[in-house]
Amino acid sequence: MKPASFKYILARTLDDALAAKTEHGDEARFLAGGQSLVPTMNFRLAQPAILIDINPIAALSGVRDGASIRIGALTRYRMLEADPLIAARQPILREALPHIAHPQIRNRGTLGGNLAHADPASEMPAIMLALGARMRLQSAANDRWVDANDFFVSAMETALRPDEMLTEIDIPDSPPGTGTCFMEVARRQGDFAQAGVAAIVTLGADGKCGGVRLAFCGVAERPFHADAAAQSLIGGDGSDDSFRQAAELAMAALNPPGSTHASAGYQRHLAGVLARRALTTAHARATTEVRRDH
Amino acid sequence: METRYFGASVKRNEDQRLLTGQALFIDDIELPGMLHAAVLRSAVAHGRIVTVDVSAALKREGVVAAYTAQDLGDFWQPGPLLVPPPPIEGSVFNLRTHACLAKDKVRYAGEPLAIVIAADRYIAEDALADIVVDIEILPALVDLEAALAKGAALVHEDLGSNIAAHIHQGKGDYARAASRADHIIKRRFLYEHGISSPIETRGIVVQWDARGGQLTMWDTTQAPVFVRNGLAAVFGLSERQVRVIAPFVGGGFGPKIMMFYPEELLLPWAAMQLNRPIKWIEDRLEHFVATTHERGQVHDSKIALTKDGKILGVKDVFLHDSGAYDPYGLTVPINSQCTLLGPYVIPDYDSTFTCVFTNLPIVTPYRGAGRQHGVFVIERLLDIAAHELGIDPAEIRRRNLIPPDAFPYDNEIIYQDFAPLSYDSGDYEPVLDKALSAIGYAGFKDEQAAARAKGKHLGIAVAAYVEGTGIGPYEGARVQVQANGRVSVATGIGTQGQGHYTVFAQIVADQVGCDVRDVDVVTGDTDRFHWGAGTFASRGAVVAGNAVNEASKVVRQKILTLAAEHFECAEGDLELGQGQVSIVGVRGQAIRLSELAQKANPMRGAVKPGAEPGLESTQYFGPPSGATASGVHAMIVEVDPETFTLAIRKYVIVHDCGTVINPLILAGQIIGGAAQGIGNAFYEKLMYDDAGQLLNASLADYLLPTSLDVPRFVLDHTVTPSPLNPLGIKGAGEAGAIPAGPLFAQAIEDALGFKAKGIELLEIPLSPARLWELTQQAG
Amino acid sequence: MTTERHAISVTVNGVRHDKTVEARMLLSDFIRHELLLSGTHVGCEHGVCGACTIWFDGFPARSCLMFAVQADGHDIATVEGLADNDKLSPLQQAMHEAHGLQCGYCTPGILMTMSHFLASNPAPDEQAVREALSGNLCRCTGYQHIVDAVLLAAERMRG
Ligand SMILES: Cc1cc2nc3c(=O)[nH]c(=O)nc-3n(C[C@H](O)[C@H](O)[C@H](O)COP(=O)(O)OP(=O)(O)OC[C@H]3O[C@@H](n4cnc5c(N)ncnc54)[C@H](O)[C@@H]3O)c2cc1C
Ligand code: FES
Ligand code: FES
Repeated sequence: MKPASFKYILARTLDDALAAKTEHGDEARFLAGGQSLVPTMNFRLAQPAILIDINPIAALSGVRDGASIRIGALTRYRMLEADPLIAARQPILREALPHIAHPQIRNRGTLGGNLAHADPASEMPAIMLALGARMRLQSAANDRWVDANDFFVSAMETALRPDEMLTEIDIPDSPPGTGTCFMEVARRQGDFAQAGVAAIVTLGADGKCGGVRLAFCGVAERPFHADAAAQSLIGGDGSDDSFRQAAELAMAALNPPGSTHASAGYQRHLAGVLARRALTTAHARATTEVRRDH
Repeated sequence: METRYFGASVKRNEDQRLLTGQALFIDDIELPGMLHAAVLRSAVAHGRIVTVDVSAALKREGVVAAYTAQDLGDFWQPGPLLVPPPPIEGSVFNLRTHACLAKDKVRYAGEPLAIVIAADRYIAEDALADIVVDIEILPALVDLEAALAKGAALVHEDLGSNIAAHIHQGKGDYARAASRADHIIKRRFLYEHGISSPIETRGIVVQWDARGGQLTMWDTTQAPVFVRNGLAAVFGLSERQVRVIAPFVGGGFGPKIMMFYPEELLLPWAAMQLNRPIKWIEDRLEHFVATTHERGQVHDSKIALTKDGKILGVKDVFLHDSGAYDPYGLTVPINSQCTLLGPYVIPDYDSTFTCVFTNLPIVTPYRGAGRQHGVFVIERLLDIAAHELGIDPAEIRRRNLIPPDAFPYDNEIIYQDFAPLSYDSGDYEPVLDKALSAIGYAGFKDEQAAARAKGKHLGIAVAAYVEGTGIGPYEGARVQVQANGRVSVATGIGTQGQGHYTVFAQIVADQVGCDVRDVDVVTGDTDRFHWGAGTFASRGAVVAGNAVNEASKVVRQKILTLAAEHFECAEGDLELGQGQVSIVGVRGQAIRLSELAQKANPMRGAVKPGAEPGLESTQYFGPPSGATASGVHAMIVEVDPETFTLAIRKYVIVHDCGTVINPLILAGQIIGGAAQGIGNAFYEKLMYDDAGQLLNASLADYLLPTSLDVPRFVLDHTVTPSPLNPLGIKGAGEAGAIPAGPLFAQAIEDALGFKAKGIELLEIPLSPARLWELTQQAG
Repeated sequence: MTTERHAISVTVNGVRHDKTVEARMLLSDFIRHELLLSGTHVGCEHGVCGACTIWFDGFPARSCLMFAVQADGHDIATVEGLADNDKLSPLQQAMHEAHGLQCGYCTPGILMTMSHFLASNPAPDEQAVREALSGNLCRCTGYQHIVDAVLLAAERMRG
């Protein structure tokens, strides 16, 4: 299991990296944490002719505060786990991170690499979808922002063009009175999820559900947002029944692919169970938030 | 003899090297001029080979050679039979062994087609992609029953069927049992065992010294002496011209003993062609298809009982998956057949099995070696019987245990070692009692109800087993006191982490009276010890341990004789200890072992006729038959009734493997085995599609249990020494792995109230997804 | 095919090594076969088993999922650097005493993972130890004695 030959380009600046990518297009791949790319190369499932190593580009790394949170694409999971801003403002991210692999892998893997890889079983894309994050895609000639919903196209397929790099992720703050919850079922700690769900519930001033987001990983070709299920809860008071019904709606909307370890039927079933549980927890957390605010 | 070390938790002698990264494993060997090999394996499970063309590979820079079956000439031969079938009357055994490269047909995905030798492994892998292969695809046989159906494709056409073997054994008369029975239960069971998946894969480094006519092969084998003998025979060399060394080996668990793996012949052959050292390290992807598996059996079983739960008889008919070839004979299914009897009185037993050739990798023993399959059948039958007869599951087991006064207990059938299956000694009820008390069996119903009130679903299980261990034929050992005072021990077995360096040292140190750290154990180097069979069937400590003991006793006697001469006193006045011999009660009168060793090899002076030089002895030990260990495992699980994920709340193991040499090392063996049992029961499954393709050939998809999946085990043991060897020990290497299957099935059924819902768990491995499916089917 | 070679300078266990490597050479192969520090083991080459765990700039990482060229100018620690001459580190010593290793193949990776863990978690409970350990597969021990060893080492290191 040794990788095929490739040409190695060390990019010290963003401009260098983008120039190289413009020159080589699909022939070249960025090397970020390498935690998805290198295993696929070792299996020779991927044989890129050129790797552009972006690890030295310090500007691509870090969490920046503002009206929203901005995360550099090269920010490693480890840094996100330890970041106080993330813990305070996006606890769902903090809650999901330990589900990704193991510390040794989180010490290398990057948020940008994860999202660009677009594994439908991965936690982060579903969370970005739930949070309504935006991706900054830059090329030597262009600089654009794309919504998470448009970024994830299909399994391992994104809106990235051959000359573009994902450089930054922008996560809007949730309104006050929001509770979140991430849950998944994996065969072992650190395995990709058989089904996972990110639930976000925002309570209005009247205590009723004002906004609900419900995104799944592992159960579709791309991260999946259950629109009808989320919609069904709006204006409701978050009863067990309403969550049960929302879970049913989500299940009805899903058509999971099945995997070696989980039949499609089991995945759909899991998605329903997890949706109900995560919504319940997110709602309870939102309620606590509201109480704390008063 | 004082027993300072025997029975004590002595820390391991081998650890220092392993902890500091200094131990030599196969891939650590670097030789000048060494080349690297990669093997092209068939992507197709069953097909006729049209072409394997290596010409493009040969043109690649850095490639030194590439060979196909055609290039091997006369060297191309189907391999030998490793373990002949036991002499059971009326048996059918069709031997079909593999050659090192497939020639006309491929019979499983992963079968070697060509080998490339290159400057490094990277280039060798590049060159694999250059090889042009054309295979005409034939239908793949994956399912056992389908393989036996009329008109099925044939794995070996000349045989006319896919039957690899057909064996019947029994005792008494099952028809009689059935006619007397109050209750008969009939079920179909499926049991699959997976792959051993040691963290170190296989590997070989070989060096041919053409001038000296000397072949040296480092090999991750569990049986170096066998490999040495086989290589000598194949290459027409004398056994002294071949040296096989098993260095530190990163786990084996059975499959590292198959002989010959294709690479074990291809590498030395190529090294001789090229006159260069060659290394081949199996990668993880290859390991899934190139190292042997254990896999599955389908049992149709019946049990006849009285209404109070006494077993009258068992009838079992099963199919066993041999894989594409059967070089390892019948060890696995015979173990299943024999171990099904368990610790129970089963007056009438009728067992028939058919081994089936399939288009899947070869099946050979993996820790437990078929015993799991048999234990699953009997333990599940007893659970179902307990339920249907309204008897407590622990109680029905108790009622059927072989009583302590019945040993040796003759089961009237033949075991894998060709000897009659006779249990040497045992006392089973105390083992059961200890397990029940440790798990809190009596109070569990209340605990379960209380947990249930809080929405938690707990379930309990208890399962028993016996294990035939420590079989022959023999092992040997040479013990020598060196002139520097250290004692060396050499045996022919290989070692893969079982602590042999330490347990053998303990035996020697007690006999010759030295510090255990002053004993250097060498295993697995055929130049250091020429004879032996290998490490398998939980036999290393039993058989080689006793050989070490015998040799140590002789050395001890030599020490005493020589020291008595030296002091001009009676041997009875002497005492051995702290690396010296002293006169009892006389201070200052002592001689070091080092000095005695020098005296035993004098430069001058008269030596008595017949005296042997040195404080050295080589002795052999062969038990008349295997020693039978036993145990009971008990477990409490919590199952999420919606997701079907599971957590083990408590796991108790009580076992009896005779006299214990080193409790800490033994605990390690038992716990390690139990972790593999858990993997087998709930995590590990080789998933094949209809075309015979393995769908989960990676450690991300083949789920070895992690530290979070394996609980803390509560261990206890009882001691019933084996009368079959002077040390009284029984093997323990496999015990922990055996009963996890029935334990999981029983505990999950209990936790989720499956009995009431009419759901029965009749298969292993289980998984959350599978449990969900079963509940769906039940509606 | 490009067989371009890259000059790299890597510090391993405090010692600087200057070598040239092909871009595709895995860091694990570089450490083992170029620097001949064969204590770092390889069990899967796809990031799952953990046997190849080293410290890269002070943090545990899978050396099978990095290229040697990426280590240029960086600092690596391997199992060979843990003991102080012949004196085992507290974790190594505890592994010996608690019988935390059998075949020892997984051991270097486990030592690298868990010594880092202990450095930042001086008083872990069993569950925390098991979580930290879960990225290292051991097929021999069933983990219990490794967990015991880590807890023992933690206790001793707290003094
Ligand atoms: C054993 C193991 C278990 C794992 N378990 C999980 C898990 O449970 N959940 C999970 O989500 N992940 C898991 N992963 C994958 C891990 O999260 C990866 O780190 C992640 O998917 C990729 O991030 P990376 O930085 O390592 O990217 P790389 O591997 O470097 O790159 C991945 C892909 O993205 C491209 N790329 C990288 N950065 C950019 C960029 N800025 N712009 C454009 N393209 C880019 C690369 O060219 C490549 O095609 C696991 C990995 C391993 C080895
Ligand atoms: S060899 Fe790197 S994780 Fe297994
Ligand atoms: S001790 Fe053998 S793999 Fe861990």
